[in-house]
Amino acid sequence: MMAGLIINIFLLALLVLIAVMVLRSSRLYAVIVMSGAYSLTSAAMFVNLDAVDVAFTEAAVGAGISTVLFLAAMAYVPADEKPSQNRNLLAGLICVGAGALLLLAVFNLPTLGDPMAPVHQHVAPRYLAESGSALQIPNVVTTVLASYRGFDTLGETIVVFTAGLGVLMLLAGFTRTVRVTPVSSKTASAKKLAGRSKKSSATPKGSKA
Amino acid sequence: MIEQLAGSWNHIIVVILMMIGLFLVIARTNLIKKLVGLSVFQTSVFIFYISLGKVAGGTAPILDGNPDTLYSNPLPHVLILTAIVVGVATTALGLALILRINEAFGSIEEDEIIEAKARESLPRPKRPTGEAAE
Repeated sequence: MMAGLIINIFLLALLVLIAVMVLRSSRLYAVIVMSGAYSLTSAAMFVNLDAVDVAFTEAAVGAGISTVLFLAAMAYVPADEKPSQNRNLLAGLICVGAGALLLLAVFNLPTLGDPMAPVHQHVAPRYLAESGSALQIPNVVTTVLASYRGFDTLGETIVVFTAGLGVLMLLAGFTRTVRVTPVSSKTASAKKLAGRSKKSSATPKGSKA
Repeated sequence: MIEQLAGSWNHIIVVILMMIGLFLVIARTNLIKKLVGLSVFQTSVFIFYISLGKVAGGTAPILDGNPDTLYSNPLPHVLILTAIVVGVATTALGLALILRINEAFGSIEEDEIIEAKARESLPRPKRPTGEAAE
């Protein structure tokens, strides 16, 4: 119990550290890899908080697929963020204000692990007590996901399907040409741009055809 | 006081992480960074839910046949499983939009996109960027 608590505090501190690094870095590749690390650290936290199924999914989908999607998109966009300082003060004020209000509410919440918290009094005891004998599946999360709350999962599938359709429609006819903007004078990026312009000249553009 | 702080530690850190994510979304003009901020925000909400589901001394909700075993609450786990998958779907949609925006305006910086839009709405003599903006 004590060890779990210490691990919990350590992982949360690590998450804050990674988030601050994301905030400060302006190199997008580094930002994306750090967001993958953020997902993986939170997956470790989920194991520590008994949510093993969520940890699986977060590690595979959050840290894996998400990061790969971001990296794939990075092939077509500039690798560095341009500095922007114009809205920092106002945004900071909004965030600090909202954070302060939320912190006020935090101390009215039940503490971590309180077995009498309202969230444990509603339907969860029924799921834990009945699902074993009613459905013969030992993993309660699976039972609730596929049986008790099957309609939620149906809705989720519809959302994912719609998003997939949206991505396909957006990227239909996406030409691989990239506007050549001088990002930096590094040889690596220059080589990449040269490779891209070669590719674009090989495939004639739609507007000219 | 210390006890209260230790019990609410998760929630306090979650609030801080949320606000870092919100700040990224509002203050950064780079669209990729905004999307990363959104996923930071999202993951902090996941942590909040999973923290609520924890029962002290409990174990993962996989039945072992022993009636005395104490399990953590499975309901938040189920909700967050759904949210993770929906989250990655919306991320993919956002990235596809970013690629299209980059194709149309040649930039993923918000300032530059707004500038390009303003230039487009002017009565134009001859745009140097006319070809890809149709």
